[in-house]
Amino acid sequence: MNSDLKVALVGNPNSGKSTLFNVLTGLNQKIGNFPGVTVDKKTGFSKLSDSTIAQIIDLPGTYSIYPKSHDERIVLNTLADKNNSGYPDLIVFVADATNLKRNLLLYTQVADLKIPIIIALNMMDMAKRAGIEISVDKLAEKLGVQVVPISARKLEGIDQLKQAITFAGKIPLQADAIEIESIAPGLVEKIGSEMQLDNAYMALQFAHHHEHFHFITEHHSDRIEEIEQEFSFHSQKAQATETIARYNFINEVLSDSVKVKIDGKQETISNRIDKVLTHKVFGFLIFFAILFLIFQSIFAWSQYPQSLIEELFIWVAKLGHLYLPTGVLTDLLIDGVLAGLSGVLIFIPQIAILFAFISILEDTGYMSRVTFMMDKIMSKVGLSGKSVIPMIGGFACAVPSIMSARTIESWKDRIITIMVTPLIACSARLPVYALLISLVVPDKRVLGVLNLQGLTLMALYVLSIVSAIIVAWVMKKIIRSRERGYFIMELPVYRMPRWNNVGLTMFQKVKAFVFEAGKVIIAVSVVLWVLASYGPPQKFREIDQKFTYNANKQYSHAQVDRLKASAKLENSFAGILGKSIEPAIKPLGFDWKIGIALITSFAAREVFVGTMATIYSVDSDDTNLGSVRDKMQSARNPKTGLPVFTTAAAFSLMIFYAFAMQCMSTLAVVYRETQHWKWPAIQFVYMTALAYFASLLVYQLLK
Amino acid sequence: MRLSQLEPGQSGVIKEFTDLEMSVKLMEMGCLPGESIVVERFAPLGDPMAITVSGYQLSLRKLEASTIILQ
Repeated sequence: MNSDLKVALVGNPNSGKSTLFNVLTGLNQKIGNFPGVTVDKKTGFSKLSDSTIAQIIDLPGTYSIYPKSHDERIVLNTLADKNNSGYPDLIVFVADATNLKRNLLLYTQVADLKIPIIIALNMMDMAKRAGIEISVDKLAEKLGVQVVPISARKLEGIDQLKQAITFAGKIPLQADAIEIESIAPGLVEKIGSEMQLDNAYMALQFAHHHEHFHFITEHHSDRIEEIEQEFSFHSQKAQATETIARYNFINEVLSDSVKVKIDGKQETISNRIDKVLTHKVFGFLIFFAILFLIFQSIFAWSQYPQSLIEELFIWVAKLGHLYLPTGVLTDLLIDGVLAGLSGVLIFIPQIAILFAFISILEDTGYMSRVTFMMDKIMSKVGLSGKSVIPMIGGFACAVPSIMSARTIESWKDRIITIMVTPLIACSARLPVYALLISLVVPDKRVLGVLNLQGLTLMALYVLSIVSAIIVAWVMKKIIRSRERGYFIMELPVYRMPRWNNVGLTMFQKVKAFVFEAGKVIIAVSVVLWVLASYGPPQKFREIDQKFTYNANKQYSHAQVDRLKASAKLENSFAGILGKSIEPAIKPLGFDWKIGIALITSFAAREVFVGTMATIYSVDSDDTNLGSVRDKMQSARNPKTGLPVFTTAAAFSLMIFYAFAMQCMSTLAVVYRETQHWKWPAIQFVYMTALAYFASLLVYQLLK
Repeated sequence: MRLSQLEPGQSGVIKEFTDLEMSVKLMEMGCLPGESIVVERFAPLGDPMAITVSGYQLSLRKLEASTIILQ
């Protein structure tokens, strides 16, 4: 779509900026990343009139142009560099009418950059209810800009806003809020003239942020440093002076244009809700009830759609094998690509459900209360109060949970949360645990009521939480961050969730996963398929011959096929790999067959069960675990004649599955979320090392 | 008197700050000298705290609140 006008939405968090963005663009939007950072870059097109279409860019919400986080830095970086693709022709400043004073701070900063600007005065209905009377005309007159009163949620004033955008002038007319030169006398002029800047506030921003401006040369940056020394510029002091000066201006503006009728003593509804939701006892009870609900839903509600997706793919694969010519290409298409695609789509229900909940929690304002309640515990181990949701989600699946860590503002907290979430016992580990526990733990009761198998499973779950907390604590000590840990956070008033926003979030998250992480997952699953189905050609020909000869008359067709599959897997590249890592995994009590399963499990942990079935040539269509278990139970080491799955080996294997990073989807999503291969690499190495040594310890102790 | 020493329901007026870096962040959030603050509640585990300042609710850790000196 061609647009005549580029419009950036700027405003505080919770000002209704995103709601307005959705109203203006509808489904006509796309979400990308700002270069180099994982901050959603939302752009869309809005039809302003029959002849004008504007491109709308939703910049991250911030309280000030001085950034505290990666997200917030984007606002300044976009508005300071005239040559970047996001540089707007017009800024629509979204201001929360119920909290105008604080909102206008950012407005005056942005306005002083002298980009044409208009104000969308949002939440006018709520301001009226709160007894705040705003004279829009006075405000506009004082600030020298157009002010359009709107209510984005109720779709009021949108047409007027669109009109104002269409007819906005190209020349910035806003009144000066403060005298910028007086904040750093001399310095502002000197930087301005040397860097050829026509705007004094921009010159001041060069002084504050030149290290972070990628569009200025190193030479210029060094020169600015020199000028700063010459005028003994102190960034924080200058910022404090500036903030106070701006508030003086704002107070003067508001004294004429805003009247508050009701005294502040009256208790708000929000406050009354908070008395229950952040109550010492009920607060936690309600929170745990909500967590339980989320946990249950990701587990239970996703099961049915997931099995539908699985069945659909099995059906398509059957049809494919039936109607497509047999050969390598068909195999690659069906067993490689299609299987990989199924491995991607299988996550959709869980992602959709988790994000529906998260978007409701965020929208209503409850998420901030979660952070408020959990901060004390979580900050001790280097996590944020918001880390609780991804970590609980981790019990179902690490993939959507890691995506949800985006709600954590602090970069360090977010990274640590992403790094430890895969340690939480996800649902893919459950079949592995179930199989191994049934193999070695007797189905007995202890203390009358407690089932020993159940206790073992619970112990594994508890272990996962404890290990995540310990690793988080260690990482808190290791990872350096220049961000100072703040916890100065707005507690927005409670509101009803916007259901179309919930739907939009679900859709966008699913789309982002399928198209970004999906690529990696399909690629890796094709590689794994090749490894597991191909081997040295000579060997494979021998196997084919062996099983086509009628030397196996005592077996049925199906049995011959199973034995052949087993022999092929043993001699495949994966089999060769499994055998070659045997010396390394022997001290853990594993043989090469388990080695193969460890490799194929990289597609997804639950593949372990299927691989075991193939290796021990059990009918893989057999849904009950019994037959696999029996085979594994009777498996003997050919040299010693002793059982392979001793208690020590089984526990060692469970511990290995508890800690090891055996999930390509998680790694793919970590890459997407961190925009760097460094983090998935670190995660893979630390988890595998942890798994190896923990299993070694367990096996050697229990042996 | 520091903000962190107030009980829920008590109020005060900001006089000054003890930490420059923190003061800049607090002022951005509307905590300005001369502004009045009401302590609404403490988190269930005693920290952080929620205050009302310039018409909205803000939460901050006690450590951060201790940099705000009241009149």
